[in-house]
Amino acid sequence: MSEEDMMDGEIVKKFMFVNRRAPYGSIYALESLEVVLIAAAFDQDVSLVFSDDGVFQLKKGQDTADIGMKNFSPTYRALEMYDVEKLYVSKASMDQRGLTKDDLIVDVEVLSDEALADLMDDQDVIFSF
Amino acid sequence: MSILHTVNKSPFEKNSLDSCLSLAKEGSAVLLIEDGIFAALKGAAKEAQMKEASQKMKLYVLGPDLKARGMAEDRVIEGIEIVDYAGFVDLAASHDKVNAWV
Amino acid sequence: MKFAIQVNEGPYQHQAADSAYQFTKAALEKGHEIFRVFFYHDGVNNATKLTTPPQDDRNIVNRWSELAAQHELDLVVCVAAAQRRGIVDEGEAKRNGKDAENIAPGFRISGLGQLVEAGIQADRLVVFGD
Repeated sequence: MSEEDMMDGEIVKKFMFVNRRAPYGSIYALESLEVVLIAAAFDQDVSLVFSDDGVFQLKKGQDTADIGMKNFSPTYRALEMYDVEKLYVSKASMDQRGLTKDDLIVDVEVLSDEALADLMDDQDVIFSF
Repeated sequence: MSILHTVNKSPFEKNSLDSCLSLAKEGSAVLLIEDGIFAALKGAAKEAQMKEASQKMKLYVLGPDLKARGMAEDRVIEGIEIVDYAGFVDLAASHDKVNAWV
Repeated sequence: MKFAIQVNEGPYQHQAADSAYQFTKAALEKGHEIFRVFFYHDGVNNATKLTTPPQDDRNIVNRWSELAAQHELDLVVCVAAAQRRGIVDEGEAKRNGKDAENIAPGFRISGLGQLVEAGIQADRLVVFGD
């Protein structure tokens, strides 16, 4: 357990959630967010990565009224309250999709592929959605 | 630290393989399973990219998924090792973590 | 070594459920421990005992149940995902006023905390999905 910190006798692992899909077209983004909130409640060291179409999850101004689905994008803004503050976005994926930081609903750290690869390497567990 | 990446998408349909290879570090391993095995084929569009990748990481393909799709082992690009499910388990155990590019 | 398995897809639609089963079986045969198999997203559909595939096809649900019986596997179905998709045990049926249950033997319905705990306790998490 060399990479795991012990806090109050509890194991704290570095959990990374990799989000690679757009919202609404499938349920993965929403249900991933549900796991993130639980992992935070378990006091794990949580990081979220948005890459490929996952970057679309953070787009400002989502309005689902006309598709009859729940707009869950405000939850990303609430993550801070759950002490989930490590949000990373792939620069390459943003560029490819014509998005900039101004398009996003929350403050994130934009990372190069190299930095993302290092970050991934540093994790204990990777959850893929 | 080293990661076993699994890719289960055909490279002709989805970008999972490209995304994986752009984030997989030197010394990591990539295992192609399910429809991901189509990236392992000699003479197909991904051959050059896979050969290049094999210079910096270990590449594997799941034999049962090849066989199921009618792909004989001699169709697999040199440098990609064929493993069975027991080999998949060994790879998962011998790397620090598994990252599934689902 | 202790493995945790996450299954994100239902049976038959996608190979993920088959791959997860084959991996789990191979890991057990090699003497590894399976800490838990967690069914999420449409993966919860692996747990309905109402599944009736043609006789010449594999029965994915029974296969999990049998493996669980043989190896005392902990097969956990996410409650939130299960409620959305109509996978119900007796307790859930009672709580939600449903007149039927459909959970297959060997499976239990529980919260997402079980997935997080599996991530914490197991040496490796292996995810199968679409």
